[in-house]
Amino acid sequence: MAMAADAKFHVLAVDDTLIDRKLIEKLLKTSSYQVTAVDSGTRALEFLGLNNKNRNSNADASVHVEVSLIITDYCMPGMTGYDLLRKIKCSSSLKDIPVVIMSSDNIPSRINRCLEDGAEEFFLKPVQLSDVNKLRPHLMKSRCKPNINKRKAVEEIASPDGTRSRRYNELEV
Amino acid sequence: MNQMAIAALKNQYKSFVQSMFDEGVLDNQFSQLQDLQDSSNPNFVDEVITLFCNDAERIITEMNRYLNYQNVDFSKLDSNVHQLKGSSSSIGAHRMKLACVNLQQASYDRNKEECVEAFNSIRHEYCLLRSKFQFLMQIQRRIVALENNQQ
Repeated sequence: MAMAADAKFHVLAVDDTLIDRKLIEKLLKTSSYQVTAVDSGTRALEFLGLNNKNRNSNADASVHVEVSLIITDYCMPGMTGYDLLRKIKCSSSLKDIPVVIMSSDNIPSRINRCLEDGAEEFFLKPVQLSDVNKLRPHLMKSRCKPNINKRKAVEEIASPDGTRSRRYNELEV
Repeated sequence: MNQMAIAALKNQYKSFVQSMFDEGVLDNQFSQLQDLQDSSNPNFVDEVITLFCNDAERIITEMNRYLNYQNVDFSKLDSNVHQLKGSSSSIGAHRMKLACVNLQQASYDRNKEECVEAFNSIRHEYCLLRSKFQFLMQIQRRIVALENNQQ
């Protein structure tokens, strides 16, 4: 499956606040990205194909959903943006997807921890268009890399049970 | 004739927004929102304002409830004011944001009296902001109606 050089990047935005979700979606669309916006880390993982739902379904959702970047709020009930970051970085199929964290709180220790533990960028809210412009190099870099996500998904179809259960086991951290 | 009316309304809108900047009611974040509005999403600003007002009213009602208890649950108050501060910041509601910061401090100090005072301030700022937003949205709707008539 050839990828057009100018195909739009697909960004997954995660924020529990409706107004911020609307804003980030608009900022990303204005920058010509395709956007999926969800309201929690749990829903983000579902979308990325990392939960029990997809294990049983016939349609392999993770094959055609190609997320180029994840941008997430830090303060969310249940799973924080940091928790989500760690789950993604600990997943063999998702760890190469760049993750960006947003927060309304300017707490240096928080910022450092996120950056040290895998986040590409940390944006202070309210996020501006100038911040969104900083995403492009991270997206370009992930496009140039061999597509690890797609390859893994294709392998799963070839040998469904073995590969899949192994993959999910890795996530039970 | 419509052209002149539309131009006049647009000027009125612009001047009124400027007055809100001058009074510190709105800050630059609101301009960012205006810049994001385009032909693909001509009601963007209105939609954001509506979302903000619904959110703010819900939170203010909650905070009022918590503050009416004998023993105030400060952690619930903290989380509410954090949310409201965030929304205010996202829409550029500068004075609302500052009022939230004051409530955050009072809540952090676990001082009920100061919390009540800070909360009243928030409520006052919100009433002011809401009536100004309603005025803006009315002008915007008239502009859209006139522009649609022209087509």
